[in-house]
Amino acid sequence: MKTTPLMQSNIAAQARRVSALTRRGTRGKRRLGDIIFRNFTLLFVLITLALVVGVAWILVSYSLPTITAFGFSFLTNQAFDPVHNVFGVAPAIFGTLVTSCFAIIFAVPIGIGAAIFLVEFCPLALRSMLAFVMELLVAIPSVVIGLWGFLVLASWLNSSGEPWLQSHLGFLPFFRGQPHGLGLLAAGIVLVIMILPLIISVSREVMLTVPQSQREALLALGATRWEVIRHVVLPASRVGIMGGIILALGRALGETMAVTMVIGNQATKPSASLFDTGYTLSSVIANQFGEATQGLFLSALLEAGLLVFLITLATNVLARWLVARMGRMSIGGLNT
Amino acid sequence: MSAAAHPFLPPRSAHMLRRRASNLLILALAVAAALFAVAILIYLLLYVIVRGLPFLNVSFFTELPAAFGSSGGGMGEAVQGTLILVGLASIMGIPLGLCTGIYLSEFGRGSFAGAVRFTVMVLTGIPTIIFGLFAWVLIVIPSHGFSGLSGGVALGIIMIPIVASTSEEVLRLVPKEIREASLALGATEARTILSVVLPAALNGIITGIVLAMARIAGETAPLLMTAFGSTFWNADITQPMDALPLRIFVFTNSPYPIQISQAYAGSLVLIALIFIASFAVRWATGGFRRRR
Repeated sequence: MKTTPLMQSNIAAQARRVSALTRRGTRGKRRLGDIIFRNFTLLFVLITLALVVGVAWILVSYSLPTITAFGFSFLTNQAFDPVHNVFGVAPAIFGTLVTSCFAIIFAVPIGIGAAIFLVEFCPLALRSMLAFVMELLVAIPSVVIGLWGFLVLASWLNSSGEPWLQSHLGFLPFFRGQPHGLGLLAAGIVLVIMILPLIISVSREVMLTVPQSQREALLALGATRWEVIRHVVLPASRVGIMGGIILALGRALGETMAVTMVIGNQATKPSASLFDTGYTLSSVIANQFGEATQGLFLSALLEAGLLVFLITLATNVLARWLVARMGRMSIGGLNT
Repeated sequence: MSAAAHPFLPPRSAHMLRRRASNLLILALAVAAALFAVAILIYLLLYVIVRGLPFLNVSFFTELPAAFGSSGGGMGEAVQGTLILVGLASIMGIPLGLCTGIYLSEFGRGSFAGAVRFTVMVLTGIPTIIFGLFAWVLIVIPSHGFSGLSGGVALGIIMIPIVASTSEEVLRLVPKEIREASLALGATEARTILSVVLPAALNGIITGIVLAMARIAGETAPLLMTAFGSTFWNADITQPMDALPLRIFVFTNSPYPIQISQAYAGSLVLIALIFIASFAVRWATGGFRRRR
């Protein structure tokens, strides 16, 4: 016997009614265990939420003394001076922004290029392996990248990299002054390595959501691969790639260990030179916590932490929102 | 064969050549970018292996750091400390993360679940030094001393979102039919989740946990201000405790070549741990086949 759509919907309705009846009959007895189990997991969820709220509350409450003492001058003051109890993080904000922008400027074209290769040009057999290998770069602990940056990169920059830049590109304001090796340039290079895999994996996943039929339509009209990328793939995935870039920016702004090891941790007068040493918001915390156990010094470190927290919170929310607009629930590779 | 004579082939005009040339140029640039990413990884790996492998021996795992300047010695106390710290963090992070994952995948509907999911996402993006600050202010400062316990708490918080999101993901992969079969046999919702759904997703959950452990084993920044480091055998969690990344960090600045070599050996151990965990996760979630 053939079933018509009408009959099918009748059968489904009847099945629902029967199951509702049986459930009602035994609800009291059966549901008790379920309720306990559900509330047990809920309890742990609430503890997790409480931890996050606790982190935010500690950061805010402990930074209140410096917020009331310095207000906005905390952001613009050049000195971070425990001896005279005057605190400002302008050089740290400067260092954070310069190194992160440097990282974004170099990692974005390379990352998008690599993603384009993976999605549009790479042979299928290689694609998944290559993507995995590139994501492994995320897995290298930041202290290891810092170790390499400190011992290999910085000494190379000092002996050959920075002198070369100075003699060939010295007309730019970025490459002037005394080469140190350690400094903003080294921190920026280290950050490029650290955020590159994130940009690759987000761009790749976003480009994969572009329907194959749209590519084929343009190819059938005689377009080259590049024209397909330019007129179909990139416009369709623009928003998601933007989200990935902002996510990477958030990671660069908050990265502590590798940057602390190569940035030199000495304040210099803000100038355009990338050879200068400097520090970032998180490297201030990592370097200064030893002496700060009370008073405004402690509070100043916590406020630096609060700034890092707020900046990364904002970039993360914005990035997830942009990527979610691409119609994806989650991005692979972000948890690894 | 003359292309111009063929009705279905475009004419070989200058315009066409330009389009082909720009296509080739982009292909070359994309290949270069991909090669760059892969080359950096291979270079870093090979460099750490070449510098570290000769110094990876039994005494590396069993001996304390040698007195400054003398050769030999190891990072035994750091290996022990990392194991204890990861254990402490797991006691805190696994139940919290796993229950959050179960809640999100099994009961996760409505705006509250949305808020929880959002919080877990946010937690993944917060720099880990912030959790170090949290444990520092909450435990180290009131107790007037650095301690393994505070390090464990900081690492535990970092574990939560990793365990929660991987377990939510693998629990969602368990087919609906299996749940329905269990419910149809009269099992309650709780019994179904505990005896049917969780065992079905167990491999994935365990690999997620292993991944989270490997990740926190490589964390340095939150440990600087909590576990702090030590050069003695120490299993007392109320005292400062050493960890591999901390020891690597200290030895990086060492003037002695032997300690720098040992820093590379320690790096190699950390990288190996994390790569093995990443491969396990990839294998357990069938990633090599499932993903395009």
